[in-house]
Amino acid sequence: MNSMERVLTTISHKEPDRVPLFLCLSFYGAKELGMTVPEYFSKPENVVAAQLTMREKYRHDCLYSFFYAAIELEAFGSETIFVDDGPPNAGAPVLRTIDDVFKLEPPEIDTSPGLTRVLRTTQMLKDRAGNEVPIIGIVMSPFSLPVIQIGFERYLEMLYFRKDAFDRLMEVNESFCVAWANAQVAAGATAIGIFDPLASPALVEKPTYLRTGNPVAKRTVAKIKGATAIHLASGLTLPVVREIAQTGAAVLGFGVADDPVALKKEAEGRICLLGNLNGLEMTHWTKERAHRTVKTVIDQFGKGGGFILSDGHGEIPWQVPEEILLAVSEAVRLYGNYPLK
Amino acid sequence: MYKFDGSGLPEDFEKALLNTDRIVASSIFHRYAREVEGLSRIERLVVGSLDRIGEKWEQGLVSLAQVYMSGRICEDLIDEYLPVAHVNRRDSPRIAIAMLIDQHGLGKRIVTSVLRAAGYNVIDFGAGLTVEGIVEKTIESRIEILLISTLMYRSALKVRELRNRFDHAGHPVKIIVGGAPFRLDEGLWERVGADAGSRKASDIFALLEKEVLS
Repeated sequence: MNSMERVLTTISHKEPDRVPLFLCLSFYGAKELGMTVPEYFSKPENVVAAQLTMREKYRHDCLYSFFYAAIELEAFGSETIFVDDGPPNAGAPVLRTIDDVFKLEPPEIDTSPGLTRVLRTTQMLKDRAGNEVPIIGIVMSPFSLPVIQIGFERYLEMLYFRKDAFDRLMEVNESFCVAWANAQVAAGATAIGIFDPLASPALVEKPTYLRTGNPVAKRTVAKIKGATAIHLASGLTLPVVREIAQTGAAVLGFGVADDPVALKKEAEGRICLLGNLNGLEMTHWTKERAHRTVKTVIDQFGKGGGFILSDGHGEIPWQVPEEILLAVSEAVRLYGNYPLK
Repeated sequence: MYKFDGSGLPEDFEKALLNTDRIVASSIFHRYAREVEGLSRIERLVVGSLDRIGEKWEQGLVSLAQVYMSGRICEDLIDEYLPVAHVNRRDSPRIAIAMLIDQHGLGKRIVTSVLRAAGYNVIDFGAGLTVEGIVEKTIESRIEILLISTLMYRSALKVRELRNRFDHAGHPVKIIVGGAPFRLDEGLWERVGADAGSRKASDIFALLEKEVLS
């Protein structure tokens, strides 16, 4: 099987030839090319070269066209803070008061230089990879984007006490998110990952999420013209598996916070799981630890398909040594062949 | 309208906090303040509730948003109460809190609220600060306990640099760290040279009582 067939089979809750491996390597590509992070993201050619080289080296099953989360905020007029050896971070929130949301309009995709670079990258990856390997594009969920758009504190005040402002912000963010996701699909992305950490009950309690973020997710997923994954970026996942499956997303990204047996049972036949290697611990793993952990995770989640091995946060830290990524790749080939032993 | 029957009061107060019901929480707090004497018993109600809420967050039973809102409500109640009761905030040890490099976390605000709700004075240095900026402010303000919050892994690693700068300057500040990277990698606080790591905001009380920080 090629990577595309392997992934499509596991998403259909069937066992492919082996457990698929997604290494979510975004700014890590700068390390691969020996560049600083700002230099790396300044040209689509850099990202394309690194994605193709890293896939050849680590033999994983996806190409990742994600740049960084703050790139969406650039389109809204915010600045990004770059460092040479880590993920770019969003600067000060673009919305200074809750009432500023009433003046906010969804930005145009094609007038944003950052978003345009992502689309060009996606097109170039598609030209090179064809249909053999899935290209994963990323958007921030309309429900979680406000953390960097207006600041966490003001957003929570809005979420609990300012329904009028919350509804307006979701209207703007949904419109932008759908347009941004569909532009990536049109450029060649196979699937869109939606980062939605606030869907986790670790951040927003389930009753509030069901009243607010879940309907937003349902509307958004329904309008995206491609397969979708929702990623909770390390947060507790088990209590909301069914509700997230009901959005129509095909894949759910999870971290290390959940009971693996219960999570596998809850997701079985409903939604394909993607996770859950601890990226921060990988920074100081040994090769043996990498092998042991990969085997354990495959034993916990691999049976019957419906599982993609990946990190639990959606981004491999800069400080993870190459040897550990190679060891993970080696281990999935040792322990991840179906039928599992 | 909340009816005070004298039983289950801490549970009712906690429930009001988790429901982000400022009116009910305030009603219980003021009724309690009238019926008990001394700041310590009021603190016990507030700190005990926040501590139990923190425990429930650790167990996955409540959300970070609820932890935050509970802290803010308690902070406001204590802010109103202290001047009326002619009680001053605790100025010792001298505590400051800062977000190192990162801008968008909630942890700094939660810890500030929890400490202020317990009557401590906390100097907030702000967010998005450099190592140099924090060192300068800490020495200038003669801070004894420095609480550092981070959201990104790279920022968490910068605590090592912070520690080295203080050692070099001979400033004996105790550094307590918290935030997502320290929760996901339990040994990280030690590796970056902090004096302690805090998994949840209310852990700060036990840490403040520990001999190492006294």
